[in-house]
Amino acid sequence: MTVTRYLSRLAGAVLAAVWLGLPGAATAAEPLKVGFVYVSPIGDAGWTYQHELGRRALEAAFGDKVKTSYVESVPEGADAERVIREFAASGHKLVFTTSFGYMNPTNKVARRYPGVSFEHATGYKRAKNVGTYLARFYEGRYLTGIVAGKMTKSNTVGYVAAFPIPEVVRGINAFTRGLRSVNPKAEVRVIWVSSWYDPGKEREAAETLIAQGADVITQHTDSTAPVQAAEDKGVYAIGYHSDMSKYGPKAHLTAATHHWGGHYVAAAKAVMDGTWKSGDLWGGIKEGMIKLAPFGPAVPQEVRALADAKAAEIAAGKLHPFQGPVRDQSGKVRVPAGQTMSDQDMLGFGWYVEGIIGKLPK
Amino acid sequence: MTLEVETVVAILVATMRAGTPLVFAALGELVTEKAGVLNLGIEGMMLVGAVAGFIATVTTGSLPLGILFAMLAGMAVALLFGFLTLTLLANQVATGLALTIFGIGLSAFIGLDYVGTPIQGLQAIEIPILSAIPILGPVLFKHDPLIYLSLALLAGVSWFLYKSRPGLILRAVGESHAAAHGIGYSVIGIRYLAVLFGGAMAGLAGAYLSLVYTPQWSENMTAGRGWIALALVVFATWRPARVLFGAYLFGFITIISLFLQGAGVDISSHLLATLPYLATVLVLVLISRDATRIRLNAPASLGKPFHPDG
Repeated sequence: MTVTRYLSRLAGAVLAAVWLGLPGAATAAEPLKVGFVYVSPIGDAGWTYQHELGRRALEAAFGDKVKTSYVESVPEGADAERVIREFAASGHKLVFTTSFGYMNPTNKVARRYPGVSFEHATGYKRAKNVGTYLARFYEGRYLTGIVAGKMTKSNTVGYVAAFPIPEVVRGINAFTRGLRSVNPKAEVRVIWVSSWYDPGKEREAAETLIAQGADVITQHTDSTAPVQAAEDKGVYAIGYHSDMSKYGPKAHLTAATHHWGGHYVAAAKAVMDGTWKSGDLWGGIKEGMIKLAPFGPAVPQEVRALADAKAAEIAAGKLHPFQGPVRDQSGKVRVPAGQTMSDQDMLGFGWYVEGIIGKLPK
Repeated sequence: MTLEVETVVAILVATMRAGTPLVFAALGELVTEKAGVLNLGIEGMMLVGAVAGFIATVTTGSLPLGILFAMLAGMAVALLFGFLTLTLLANQVATGLALTIFGIGLSAFIGLDYVGTPIQGLQAIEIPILSAIPILGPVLFKHDPLIYLSLALLAGVSWFLYKSRPGLILRAVGESHAAAHGIGYSVIGIRYLAVLFGGAMAGLAGAYLSLVYTPQWSENMTAGRGWIALALVVFATWRPARVLFGAYLFGFITIISLFLQGAGVDISSHLLATLPYLATVLVLVLISRDATRIRLNAPASLGKPFHPDG
């Protein structure tokens, strides 16, 4: 994508590596070098932006005891492997790779650098020095569903989605569960735009949903165009990844946002103390990895209080977005009353819960 | 699914909006190609236009100035292309491809500080009385000014190419640059003008995206539309009116696939997403069967460099 920027950053990273790698005794005072690999430009909202906030939190927590560097817009594939290896070779003792497609490159490089700790976001392949981490996005989705359910008057909510993979389907289902928990008459319409990022198409999808009666729009895509469309058409919007209120000051109700800083600080601390171990973290509201963005002016006090109360229940383990009975679209009970869905089942979501219009594309 | 009047109107209006950036970009490329120059850098010129128009609008607070700057920026990139291919005789295909990559990087670089800056986009204007006509009113007389501009430009380009003397000369240059040169026309000069027009149109297409369609700047926001515009020129067999038809057809298929999904029609979203491209390929195949007609419209000197001595 941004070849020039990427190359100049890479050149910078190499130069820095050469310069910093000059012979010198490794002392305890030397800062821990931490590398971050980003899949897209940082921008000012979205997936990569949230990781960047995490990186800044890490710097803020340790000051000059850490030295972080990042490379943005790294394509998933051979380029990623090169960037990750560069980090490992230049004395970074902890490397975060923040996109699913970095899974194999991360593990490949990790085998050659056993002394370096790697943390891969959203993947499932682990090794002695490769841990994985993921956030329970669906908990945030459930809460935003509650807000949508309270705010919709047409009882139709529009959902602009990228690709029908379990991750996205889980979000739609959790949102719908939250929505119907407070408003059993409400339904969700989904439009798949077959792209993670196409502002024009995302906007058209949002406008289509609005034309079809939706008065709240939410999304699982990376641009802010759906929020903007809602603002222009005078309906409500719920953002994703980041607080997107800037794009829809009136429309933006809240957003399900991700917070990686806590994990980055903890992992860096563990590496410094020599206690780091490869793990499999799946944290949610309880761990502070999922939060709701500040409520917009349109959200009444009562709805805010309800969402906050439900968040506290989820954090306390008293409420689970997929606790039985969970029915699918045909009305069949998939999770009986008294049970909750296992993590394993949630990770493989391939069906819609009831309350969603249309069939899940296969 | 019940199809109400409002739905049909909404689909048609959205179709025109989705098609308009393609109309601009493809018209510009059509004129460029008619002069015998193949510029594959539309995507790059569009992005530079989009970011320049956006920055100018944020800085000056004026949308018309933003649109003007977008066109100028598109022309500046086109001028670079012209210099490389017409003056220095670089390979047009390779230069055009490089221009796209260059435009993507350059626009991302200069737009870095403007990502996420909100602006008020260009609004639709309602033409009094006419816009009150049921159905036809909203479909024809309730658009943003640039949609009307695109239609005016289409008429202008058609007239220019087929009814005016300069248009005839431009086509002559595209058909046989040696002959045109022999009669005494400045082949390189005319090609420069055609390339600049293509750049201005691509800049305008970019401005439509960043100032009207989705009023914001974000990296690579054209998402491949420059390439579609390029295909549309062939699809239209170098006829302006067919460019409009093709652009709207493309817009319509995109929009209708979104509508069908939202309405809960059981059809694969992956398949729907491929429909516009399938339609393009299909029409290309159908047209290609009539080889003589294509040859009549395709500029014979397309992509061939010209040197007065050679």
